[in-house]
Amino acid sequence: MSLVINGNAVAGPSDPRVSLLDHLRETLHLTGTKKGCNQGACGACTVLVDGERILSCLALAVQYDGRRITTIEGLDAVGDLHPLQAAFIEYDALQCGYCTPGQICSAIGMVAEAQRGVPSHVSTDLAAGVTLTRAEIQERMSGNLCRCGAHNGIIDAIRATMAAEIMA
Amino acid sequence: MTPFRYLRAADVADAVKLGTDDGAAFLGGGTNIVDLMRETVARPDRLVDVTGLSDTITETADGGLLIGAAARNTAVAEHRAVRTRYPLLSRAILAGASAQIRNMATVGGNLLQRTRCTYFYDTDGSRCNKRAPGTGCDARDGFNRIHAVLGASDACVATHPSDMCVALAALDAVVHVNGPDGARTIAFDALHRLPGDRPDRDTMLAPGELITAIALPPLRFAANSAYRKVRDRASYAFALISVAAALEMDGDRIGDVRIAFGGVAHKPWRATRAEAVLRGGPATHAAYRAAAEAEFETARPLRDNAFKPELATRVLAAMLGDLAMGKLA
Ligand SMILES: Cc1cc2nc3c(=O)[nH]c(=O)nc-3n(C[C@H](O)[C@H](O)[C@H](O)COP(=O)(O)OP(=O)(O)OC[C@H]3O[C@@H](n4cnc5c(N)ncnc54)[C@H](O)[C@@H]3O)c2cc1C
Ligand code: FES
Ligand code: FES
Repeated sequence: MSLVINGNAVAGPSDPRVSLLDHLRETLHLTGTKKGCNQGACGACTVLVDGERILSCLALAVQYDGRRITTIEGLDAVGDLHPLQAAFIEYDALQCGYCTPGQICSAIGMVAEAQRGVPSHVSTDLAAGVTLTRAEIQERMSGNLCRCGAHNGIIDAIRATMAAEIMA
Repeated sequence: MTPFRYLRAADVADAVKLGTDDGAAFLGGGTNIVDLMRETVARPDRLVDVTGLSDTITETADGGLLIGAAARNTAVAEHRAVRTRYPLLSRAILAGASAQIRNMATVGGNLLQRTRCTYFYDTDGSRCNKRAPGTGCDARDGFNRIHAVLGASDACVATHPSDMCVALAALDAVVHVNGPDGARTIAFDALHRLPGDRPDRDTMLAPGELITAIALPPLRFAANSAYRKVRDRASYAFALISVAAALEMDGDRIGDVRIAFGGVAHKPWRATRAEAVLRGGPATHAAYRAAAEAEFETARPLRDNAFKPELATRVLAAMLGDLAMGKLA
């Protein structure tokens, strides 16, 4: 089996017990993706699979044969940084930085979902299009915890960059 | 995690063949079983990946919907027909887990996810009849804030954790399964079971039976429906209690109604008693409360969860009041 990680085809693990997270970190040495809880409860391990955000700690790598996986190391950069990375710095969207790669991958997946019209728990009208208000972003990013409490900065950074085209 | 073989099923027949062995388990998105395997609560020696099976959502001849078991939770919640004709189902899914988990989780896996009772997870330190039959239940006299108030037994007070299933119970969904003895359908309310003296069994599925699809029957007034969930934080937490309800008015009286509760029992709890109290009766706050009280008459609260019947009663009454006025959210 093989995985396409940040555009490169790489071999999958020989042991099916290995999670996508451990394969990224331990075998491929892509340590940008973080292990917080290893049980689906924090979002630090969020990566994009064919553009959709998932938790790599609950994903068995063998299940992702042939899929395109994007990690924080593989984001399109303008200069050194993805625009959202630059905004995280500008808006104080981090302190220790441990949750940051997961927050950024999650936000990119979140915007794609909103553009596709996926409603959220706080959407008042399920049939209407999505407007990424602050409350909507809060709910849609609730799968990514920040132990340092940088959530308000994170939402500011997302609003300043990614959400422009689908904001009220 | 104990070692296992990973096999990918090409179609339903292949999945059933590969899944018949003792020790085999089906694999959906893995968001529950991978965690349970890591904790050694589950120890399958073969995982049969069924995410390649049908994930389509199609109209049925009777005006309902057929949802393939491999459909991701997000795909169901965002489907236009689900959003407009069965809003309680969209809302229930969107109230659960996180976006990342909903992108991974399949319909089949959501139905068969296991309880979040902490004693069930605690392989090192706790007794649990669901995990290790015959050892006892440490939840019964332990920390049991999240546990059952209806239909529990001396052996087990665990709750079923799914939000989606509460909506499916209210909708009278039909579960399509296929197994070593062929294909059959199961009424949703008959899929999950009460614990009795066999809490190790969550459902009425036979060993090796695969869920292939869920059928939603047509229900005109499901368009006037909602889902409300009360939890310890605003998002990304399991339910303390939840309510799925659909209401049809007949003038100023209640024409028809569907109600199910989550977080109160070992299975998604279809509230047939409450429905019977309401049907044809007045649409008043007193009637809503009386209906919920009838449903919870047999409740047996534990040390930490006596708040559940009253909380569920208030949430139901508020919801029905809103639905009677056509307020959906
Ligand atoms: C941190 C966290 C928070 C969560 N919060 C919520 C919440 O608030 N509300 C909620 O409802 N859920 C919540 N969940 C649970 C989540 O919804 C389930 O884990 C998910 O729906 C399971 O789907 P899956 O496809 O990943 O199942 P898997 O983990 O792949 O499988 C689960 C079970 O189903 C069996 N199975 C899978 N597919 C089939 C099939 N087709 N036929 C027969 N058997 C099958 C497997 O053998 C296994 O026993 C949460 C999970 C996590 C980790
Ligand atoms: S490490 Fe995956 S969710 Fe916490
Ligand atoms: S910046 Fe420290 S956990 Fe988020």
